[in-house]
Amino acid sequence: MLRVENIQKHFISHVLNGKEVVGFRSVSFKVLPGMALGLSGPSGCGKSSILKCIYRTYLTGMGKIIYNSQTFGTVDLAVLPENEILALRRKEIGYVSQFLSVVPRQPAAEVVAAPLVEEGVSRAVALQRARGLLDRLNIGARLHAAYPATFSGGEKQRVNLSRAIIRPPRLLLLDEPTASLDAASMQVVLDLLLEIKARGTTIIAIFHDQAIMDRLMDDIYTMPVKES
Amino acid sequence: MPLTTAMPTQPNLPSTHWRAGMPSARKRYSYAFLDEGAKREIRRKLLKAVAIPGCQVSFGSREMPIARGWGTGGLQLTLSLIGPDDVLKVIDQGSDDSVNAVNIKKFVRNVTGVPLTTDTRVATLIQTRHRIPEEPLHANQLLVFQVPIPEPLRLVEPSERKTRRMHAEADYSRMWLYLYEDIVRFNEITVGARYPVMVNGRHLMDPSPIPRWDVARLNQSEALLLFCAGREKRIYAIPAHTDVEPLSFEDFAFRVENFHGHCCSRCGCAGSFLDEVIVDESGRRTFICSDTAYCEKMRRRGAAADAAQEENR
Amino acid sequence: MKPILQVSGLTKRYGPGCPECLRRTGALHETNQCPHCRSIIACREITFDLFPGEVLGIVGESGSGKSTVVRLLHFDDEPTQGEFRIKLNGSAGAACNPDPGRNLFALGAFERRQIRNAHMGIVYQNARMGLRLKVSAGGNIAERLLMAGWRHVGQMRQRAAELLIATEVPVLRIDEPPQHFSGGMQQRVQIAKALSTRPAVLLLDEVTTGLDVSVQARVLDLIRSLQQETGVATIVVSHDLGVIRLLTSRTIVMRHGCIVEQGLSDQILEDPQHPYTQLLVNSML
Repeated sequence: MLRVENIQKHFISHVLNGKEVVGFRSVSFKVLPGMALGLSGPSGCGKSSILKCIYRTYLTGMGKIIYNSQTFGTVDLAVLPENEILALRRKEIGYVSQFLSVVPRQPAAEVVAAPLVEEGVSRAVALQRARGLLDRLNIGARLHAAYPATFSGGEKQRVNLSRAIIRPPRLLLLDEPTASLDAASMQVVLDLLLEIKARGTTIIAIFHDQAIMDRLMDDIYTMPVKES
Repeated sequence: MPLTTAMPTQPNLPSTHWRAGMPSARKRYSYAFLDEGAKREIRRKLLKAVAIPGCQVSFGSREMPIARGWGTGGLQLTLSLIGPDDVLKVIDQGSDDSVNAVNIKKFVRNVTGVPLTTDTRVATLIQTRHRIPEEPLHANQLLVFQVPIPEPLRLVEPSERKTRRMHAEADYSRMWLYLYEDIVRFNEITVGARYPVMVNGRHLMDPSPIPRWDVARLNQSEALLLFCAGREKRIYAIPAHTDVEPLSFEDFAFRVENFHGHCCSRCGCAGSFLDEVIVDESGRRTFICSDTAYCEKMRRRGAAADAAQEENR
Repeated sequence: MKPILQVSGLTKRYGPGCPECLRRTGALHETNQCPHCRSIIACREITFDLFPGEVLGIVGESGSGKSTVVRLLHFDDEPTQGEFRIKLNGSAGAACNPDPGRNLFALGAFERRQIRNAHMGIVYQNARMGLRLKVSAGGNIAERLLMAGWRHVGQMRQRAAELLIATEVPVLRIDEPPQHFSGGMQQRVQIAKALSTRPAVLLLDEVTTGLDVSVQARVLDLIRSLQQETGVATIVVSHDLGVIRLLTSRTIVMRHGCIVEQGLSDQILEDPQHPYTQLLVNSML
């Protein structure tokens, strides 16, 4: 499904007179279709950067990210044209971070329903399914019409997740999406993730919670130590 | 009464008159007053104007012995076109006898010697201010309009440079917008005279301040229609059998003046363009034909019919 | 996916020009004014594609040439050099459907205006440029419809009312001139006008600059939702990275008339490569 070959990431900060910061060095791994891969390693070792490189939020300095896409066949995400990356983001690859990054001033239910509407589902049906999903994640009806920007950290994360999984992507990238959740919510999230995984979604994820890692992941990739 | 007046003989002036002993106007000036160069230029510009229906062609407007704004444009066209075989009619808002029409008529006669007429059917060249004669024109006639403002877009765009560009690109949306706004404000198009028309589907044209009644009659005219603005130095034309379409919307059709069933109080005619006049101090109003020659003709025809009826009885 | 709009080698020079102009200006030389002949190279060799349904951002400081690019595309000004092609899916009105192979800059003024009327909408920073402030709001929208050949007052008013509702302008004010409107409302009338003929390409030139923050937010939300509804391919010019983040999926960064960086908007914001882009991102509030 996805094969990462010897990628590395450097940041050059021109604002700091060309200071070079190493994101990560020579990372290689692969994920088979329908599998879940966990990334582990101490903080600052570049786990999130890898996900961002796959999603193209970061440009990859060297190496290849070979993805077996449904739309375009086998492609290298590191150098794929931008419009094709955008098409993959719309159709195949989902990304959830620990921070909510949605359009402001839009009610939670609308935010969650948006991917379905974009796919052509009628607004009423999409909203109904969005509400159902939010309910399952213990976000009460009271909050459905509120703006997610006003939510608590945990609520925001749940909205974020709902939006990513309401229409399960082929490849889902998760960057600590449960960092501020309580145990009960965590359990619901885990169930949902297992459900979409059973329906065929491939997952690459970073979780600090060992229990989730154990129960969800088929494989763990441990980050190489950065020599500095 | 003869309808055409013959060229007067050399006037018999008293010996104290300043013109005594001088040759007649006819002899003192070249034929038809304008020098041959001026006439040639105007004729050339006319050819261009006829070739591009509705397109304004600039020309070197000459000084005339009447003030600008009093028909110098029409007069220059008349003088450039007239020949010894022509019969001239001049009207001012339908009237053959207004001061302006009479003076122009006399001037042209003095410098050319052509016969004058008031009968639309007899005239070969008609110069007009703000009307088209009621009687239908035929193919051997020329109708010359006096035009105060030749640019229909001047209403919406003060810059000549821009209006020329708009004509070049057939960009008339500003004029349409003006009419739209008129409808929004008054629920009808309030443009009375100078109603903008599309000529040959290409050029927007100012038909001179004729009433809407006459605007409708520009379409597919039998006669060649010529327009000239002396002050603004522009000539344009509508060749015979050309489509002339007043701007109108699908749901706000172009309408001509409605006289609500009134008819002329002199000739009794109902199918002509009527002037509303106040007849006495009490403010009583009545309607009479705007075209005086037509009115007179109808009146005489009516009187003859009456007489015939009388005789039959 | 094929681009709907292709721009290549777009250059605009103000001034006499000399052989030195292009060599001695641009991002490397930190100026857009030729030191030899004093000409301004407002933009140079701009090349990009716009895809159907996409929102492309052009960001840069004042004087970077971003507005020049948009105005050249709207035929408001003549380019010094460059090519511009529009490729539509054949469906739009055949008469003014441009030949996809033709460089639109090479067309005559009449044809360019036809293409602009049929396929492009623009919203300017200053409502004065996009609207006739003394003509009613409905009339402003009708003007575009009239250009596109509409000749039915009732239908035009109907369409204008629909658009005013969509852009959240009170329909009761359809016959009022926009000079009586607030800045935000004027922008919304401009948007209604730009979208009235369902264009294939929408150009937004600093549309929220100079508005209050709350008004800005409403106008941006409106643009975003209308863009999603209509799927119109859009170019957003702004110096505000917030606007870029909210509206666009791809971004071009311009400086001294040159493109210094282009990429996905989130990549530009999170992993900027060019020193100027980094400065810009770091200067964000």
